[in-house]
Amino acid sequence: MNAPVHKEHAELASEFVNNRQRAKWHDSSLWFVRQKRDRQTQTIPEWEQLRSLASTIKQHTLAKLPYYLEEFERNATKMGAVVHWARDAEEHNRIVCDILKNYGAKKIVKSKSMLTEECHLNPFLEQNGIEVVDTDLGEWIVQLRHEPPSHIVMPAIHIKKQEISELFHEKLGTEEGNSDPTYLAREARYHLRQKFVQADAGITGVNFAVASTGGVVVCTNEGNADLGVSLPKLHIACMGIEKLIPRSEDLSVFTRLLGRSATGQPITAYTSHFHGPRPGCQLHIVIVDNGRSAIRASQDFQNSLNCIRCGACMNTCPVYRRSGGHSYSNVVPGPIGSILAPSQDPKSHGDLPFACTLCGSCSDVCPVKIDIHHQLLTWRRELAIKKIVPWTKRWSMSMASIVLKHPWVYSVGGKVARLALRVMPRWMIYNGLNAWGKQRDLPPAPKKSFRELYRQRGNSNGQESPSHKTNVSNGSKDLKG
Amino acid sequence: MSVKNQFSRAVLAMRVGLFIPCYVDQFYPDVGMATVEVLEKLNLEVDFPAEQTCCGQPMLNTGCTSAAVPLAKRFVEIFAEYDYVVCPSGSCTSMVRNHFHELLHDDPGYLKLQKKSFELCEFLHDVLGLTRWEGEFPYRVGIHQSCHGLRELRLEGCSEEMRSRPQKVKGFLSGLTGIEFTQLKRPDECCGFGGTFAVAQEAISVMMGDDRLEDHQQAGTEVLTATDMSCLMHMEGIIRRNKIPMAVMHVAEILAGRKPTKPWKPSEIKPASA
Amino acid sequence: MKGAREEILNNLRKQIPMETPALPEVIQGEWIRYANPVEQFANLIAGVGGSCQTVANRGEIQARLESYPEYRDAKRIYSQVSGIPSHFDLDAIDQPQDLEDLDFVIYPGQFAIAENGAVWVTDQGLKHRVIFFITQHLVLVVEKKDLLHTMHEAYARIEFQKPGFGLFISGPSKTADIEQSLVIGAHGCRSMQVYLVEG
Repeated sequence: MNAPVHKEHAELASEFVNNRQRAKWHDSSLWFVRQKRDRQTQTIPEWEQLRSLASTIKQHTLAKLPYYLEEFERNATKMGAVVHWARDAEEHNRIVCDILKNYGAKKIVKSKSMLTEECHLNPFLEQNGIEVVDTDLGEWIVQLRHEPPSHIVMPAIHIKKQEISELFHEKLGTEEGNSDPTYLAREARYHLRQKFVQADAGITGVNFAVASTGGVVVCTNEGNADLGVSLPKLHIACMGIEKLIPRSEDLSVFTRLLGRSATGQPITAYTSHFHGPRPGCQLHIVIVDNGRSAIRASQDFQNSLNCIRCGACMNTCPVYRRSGGHSYSNVVPGPIGSILAPSQDPKSHGDLPFACTLCGSCSDVCPVKIDIHHQLLTWRRELAIKKIVPWTKRWSMSMASIVLKHPWVYSVGGKVARLALRVMPRWMIYNGLNAWGKQRDLPPAPKKSFRELYRQRGNSNGQESPSHKTNVSNGSKDLKG
Repeated sequence: MSVKNQFSRAVLAMRVGLFIPCYVDQFYPDVGMATVEVLEKLNLEVDFPAEQTCCGQPMLNTGCTSAAVPLAKRFVEIFAEYDYVVCPSGSCTSMVRNHFHELLHDDPGYLKLQKKSFELCEFLHDVLGLTRWEGEFPYRVGIHQSCHGLRELRLEGCSEEMRSRPQKVKGFLSGLTGIEFTQLKRPDECCGFGGTFAVAQEAISVMMGDDRLEDHQQAGTEVLTATDMSCLMHMEGIIRRNKIPMAVMHVAEILAGRKPTKPWKPSEIKPASA
Repeated sequence: MKGAREEILNNLRKQIPMETPALPEVIQGEWIRYANPVEQFANLIAGVGGSCQTVANRGEIQARLESYPEYRDAKRIYSQVSGIPSHFDLDAIDQPQDLEDLDFVIYPGQFAIAENGAVWVTDQGLKHRVIFFITQHLVLVVEKKDLLHTMHEAYARIEFQKPGFGLFISGPSKTADIEQSLVIGAHGCRSMQVYLVEG
């Protein structure tokens, strides 16, 4: 794949933070969602039990993936759906395009699907003379702006209502300066209703595919997916191979976790279960690999495929909240995206595992218990082995390692450095070369290190060890203090 | 009254090896001294093996695993002779407990070390069974929950998880007379230090630090404390630069009875054009 | 096409076997049970922008609906609940697009769930499932005895043995895509009421 050359995360993040007010606004919007999530999870005493179950079910399914894929295909076919398989994005796009062309479909409504984003389906269909409208309001907004979503659940979270007002005024002729969200959403409803009624086919993603029943489950709040596939006679559902779960009762676990984790809702407004097409209509299910089996082959990263795309790791990530989704230059941004992206293309996305403080909040909010931050750490090792970590970092770390293997070099080095920090004029310490010191002071350099103080103290106490072992009392009391 | 003399012979007979993180050794020697004092107050036999340098976390966290392996090996050898290894840093303790495995795998020396390595508060709580610390600290204290202590060592319950855990830091400090804890809007958000992240992602790192300090200021924190000096070093850097009236102390310093001082004194700040 | 299928499956089969945790035979746990499920359900539904009322019997619903101007002024109503009249015969309509001006739908829900304010409906015997989404206002009628505590009880009652469509609906359609401001009535219904029938 020819990855586009893009700026690194650190640079894009720094540009984002340059507008501090806006970065703060972005941070608070997402923190608000994180808090909603917390409030919801607090109402479910068995929350941690659900997470463990979800993790087990997903892990089990992933381990037996070929078995469940075949079972799903068999049952979906029995229900009357047509199942297609695609090795990669190109094959997926071609399959979808062929289905549409065979059917004579020219106008398509599509609900949110990260897979079709990943495959760049829209431009492909447009090149083939097919009109695609993204009907999720946030997706439609970013489509009108000709930019990718910045969040997998809230695609337009980075855009202010005034900007949406201007966009709608320009593209739809809404009132100039009216940025009332209700007004704007009503206008969108009105415009998109026409698209729904005129559509020849509807495309959706898939949240869960149930092997034992052959059904697919789609969760939305707006009702756009359902509207989009219950008017036209053709429904195409696109899913990655990792969307499977074994049985319908397993859905009871995931539907309890998904909405609460994603937006802090008890459940999405619509949780739709499609088993086969409507009478006289067609349902096509396209199962896509596109690099997923390669991730499954890696012991280190395979359980990242358990992700149910709730976006909770983004909402909680202190870096994502302050750098915006576009700084990740990947369809799935944030912590989980930083695991998935380098799997697709390590050269182009090698910066992402470093866009992280390893705080671990993502792993603790993850409803399927993916150890996200540990995998990001593992990615750093993999990138160093692949020599994608800049040589300066690798060189300085191996130099440091040599110094730290020799306590006397380390001690003398430390002494010299501290002395230098004390005597050097401020401009020599704080200049463009010192990223630490741009907005922060260095700690004051003490004259003596701990080891020097400790040694001296030992000497002044005589050669006695500093312990007071002899003071043992006879009472062996309860250890609780 | 005093916590002294309440332990069994077995506890008092153990030898504690002090693991002082390299940056604490070089820049915050008093945090090391305070740790020694806290442990000695309990009549424990404490020793600082001077051959120690660094656990290798900076290398591991930048992916330079091979550079970290020899440091991990040295570490295991140096601390082999002790019954316990105690460290005033959650992050460095977590490195030993949770990440040396990637470097040393099932090395028997490491497996022994893994079970006997503890962060200071954790050691007092889990090994010595202490739940409170006596003393006086009449200040409004803001606890910064350092991420690795919080989520890797589980020193406290975090806001993400829906389960209660013992409070090994806050519960402990709450025994001090006069102490008051400030209420943060975001009780356990990362400060943005993150090791090399602090430099490689300077802009985000500083904004995160600013936001934490803003939260502490609105909450009325007089003394900012944590189990990790690295987080505090980062925030102290911002405090100094912006002359924020907040003192910074490691938990060990509070336990050892130190009094807070403002981190920035005019005399310490050199004129920019000197 | 066969090629891709075989290649993907063979590729997966060739991979080193993963650790396979057993699938729990029955999904069980200490699930929450509400002291007052009706109140819990009503609160939840109100929290997501819908409403819930309890009625002694189906006959009361019509009168309650009449108190809403939207219902009184409705030009096109479809009802599948006995005692509430439809304005037209749904089966006589060929194209679902012709339902664009539907104002009200009154439909039986099979059961409701206290933990999240959702109601399970299916398109069994329904010619056009689009009515759930294209109508401006949706009214669901559920027997009070069919109010369940959690989703685990719900899925235990659902069977997917035949082709068909079923869904949980929880409140009206909504979006928060503009600066996280909640707007009720995105693409689907603009209001949603649930009637719990005693008995």
